[in-house]
Amino acid sequence: MTAAAQRVKGGNVAWMALPAFLMFLAFGVIPLLGVLALSFTTWNGIGEIVPSGLTSWRATLNDPGLPHALWVTFLIMILSWAVQTPLSILIGVFLAASKRYRELLAVLYFIPLLLSSAAIAITYKSLLDPNFGLGTGLGVSWLNQDWLGNSTLAFATLIFIVSWQFIPFHSLIYQGAVRQIPTSMYEAAQIDGAGRWKQFWSITLPQLKYTIITSSTLMVVGSLTFFDLIYVLTAGGPGDATRALALAMYQQGFQANLMGPASAIAVILVLVGLGLSLLLRRLGGRADDSQLEGA
Amino acid sequence: MINRRNFLGLGVGAGAAAALAACGSDGPSGGGSSTGGGSGGGAASYWSLSGPPGEPVRKAAIERFNKANPDSKITTNFFQNDAYKQKIKTSIGANQGPTMIWGWGGGGLKEYVDSGLVEDLTDWFGQNAAVKDKILPSSFGAATVNGKIYAMPIETVQPIVLFYNKKVFEKVGVQPPKSWGEIMALVPKFNAQKIAPFSLGGQSRWTNMMWLEFLLDRTAGSEVFDKVFAGEKNAWSDPAVLDMLTKIQDLVRANGFQKGFSSTTADSNADQALLYTGKAAMMLHGSWSYGIQQSQGGNFVKDGGLGWMNFPAVEGGKGDPSNTVGNPGQYLSISAKATTEAKDIAKKFFSTTLVDDEEKAGWVKSGGVPVLKGSENLFTGGDAQFLKDMAGIANGAKVFAQSWDQALSPTAAETLLDNIAKLFQLQVSPQQWVDSMNGVIGK
Repeated sequence: MTAAAQRVKGGNVAWMALPAFLMFLAFGVIPLLGVLALSFTTWNGIGEIVPSGLTSWRATLNDPGLPHALWVTFLIMILSWAVQTPLSILIGVFLAASKRYRELLAVLYFIPLLLSSAAIAITYKSLLDPNFGLGTGLGVSWLNQDWLGNSTLAFATLIFIVSWQFIPFHSLIYQGAVRQIPTSMYEAAQIDGAGRWKQFWSITLPQLKYTIITSSTLMVVGSLTFFDLIYVLTAGGPGDATRALALAMYQQGFQANLMGPASAIAVILVLVGLGLSLLLRRLGGRADDSQLEGA
Repeated sequence: MINRRNFLGLGVGAGAAAALAACGSDGPSGGGSSTGGGSGGGAASYWSLSGPPGEPVRKAAIERFNKANPDSKITTNFFQNDAYKQKIKTSIGANQGPTMIWGWGGGGLKEYVDSGLVEDLTDWFGQNAAVKDKILPSSFGAATVNGKIYAMPIETVQPIVLFYNKKVFEKVGVQPPKSWGEIMALVPKFNAQKIAPFSLGGQSRWTNMMWLEFLLDRTAGSEVFDKVFAGEKNAWSDPAVLDMLTKIQDLVRANGFQKGFSSTTADSNADQALLYTGKAAMMLHGSWSYGIQQSQGGNFVKDGGLGWMNFPAVEGGKGDPSNTVGNPGQYLSISAKATTEAKDIAKKFFSTTLVDDEEKAGWVKSGGVPVLKGSENLFTGGDAQFLKDMAGIANGAKVFAQSWDQALSPTAAETLLDNIAKLFQLQVSPQQWVDSMNGVIGK
């Protein structure tokens, strides 16, 4: 029996989406509504939940920590995007060619994907320790910088580690996308006398448009939720130099016992995330536009 | 206070943080590292922290009690430090907490009291004066809220002391400091030899706080913080506070702490390692450091490398140099929601096992000074001098203040720690520090 025949026989298959929908309802929508409700209350996590109108929202929006946390979050988002995207595309294009040694390299590149953020953070924290870290171990004194204790350096280090962790994943996406590009286009370009550089700019990159949007969406929305890495690496420090929105939410809720304001921050986080992914979808244009026009 | 900001327990919380904030409950809380089986009907339950040096002593106490009372057993659950802090909060909120609530007293306890979650033990201690008499009176302060006792002081007294590496002092040819002026004079001498004057686990924040606690006490006495604690308006505006904050920033500017101190964590014991490896000369830390130096520092403690003393006086300061800060004890409360039967078992546990001689000996053996009176004759062997000195500091203190972050409410403590981190980072001026701290007084 062919797949098509099966589909006809099965009739309406919308119910098959039901389990996924229920999961999403139970673990996505309902908690979100709960957070929204909690943001209009005062609650210390153990006592009674007291409705308090806009008190939590007023406290959150008047807190000078909020614009700072937003700024840190956006900076992480933009810088990590700017570092990751070009490198991921280049590595993806490089790995797409089917050559033996490149496949071997690909396996090595993907190792960071296998590690959890907490493990990565602990490892880097040990390696970068100015007193007991890599610099001391190898006797290379310039490595003994105050990597995580100086505001600017700590931020740069964070971007580096995030990129190190996620470039393999995005390279994988680009590798797949590059392999999808019809070879006929390159053959035609060669006949027309286009060099490698010209081919990359005029064929590869335009053909990767939707992949770039997909990968950027993942990077941008993903960077909003960086928590584990920052928490273990710097705990938002030094001072509040790396305190992103997700971390600020955690500290308000579970360290300062202010569940109301923490929920307000969570709502802001959700809104920012939704807004950004909508914006990125808009930038992508209509998905059914043909990419092969004129090919 | 030991290991209490252990980060590992939190790695899991990443994406779930928002969802947790919504639910406020962990769901059924029978799981985890249950060691005593499920909670049987009518039995009392006891939750506490896992890991040495405390867990073996705690387990031994429960075993003793269960052996002596086969009809009314206590079940146990042990958690890692930070995991415990969240677990206890969410399960009490969801009415699934244990009969006996282990804690640090102070502001955290007050939060339970305010929500009516823990039993008032004042009358019980009145009727059982013999039990109360066995415990050091100074440890009751942090168990008392609004004049009533809500917890039983247990386990050990942990003052914060100034540790130093005797070998490093010998090498540089200097003497341990006896005053703040001498501390500041030592700083360039150690720095010239490429040795950090002080080791500090600055990312943990409460480690920085210990400096403020002692400096404020030595300059102005314990009264200034008492006013903050009492919720008096603008209590941080005392000129002694500005003076103390300026002294701290002077020490930071003079490179008084090791390079990268603000990214060093106390949980990983990296600050302890700096001292026993001789990369740092001194370290202000809780008395539990002794056990860490001993177990991780090789022969460092055995060879007499480790020195200790109470924090020195500040020239012209009003504070009594005998005063100390730290944990006056650990605390066990009884849940108000527990059954009468479970409460009775818990009280029996309080009045028998927790004050017996095995309990006292167990904590001494673990390297701590028990909250139980009359433990001095148990101080023998290699640790005798340290234990004697710690007991001397704890008992001889005119005021044994509780650590600020434990004394204040969690909300105020978070703002305090946040501002302290910025102070050490030179991100805020002393005046800005005072202004933002005045804003959360009484919260």
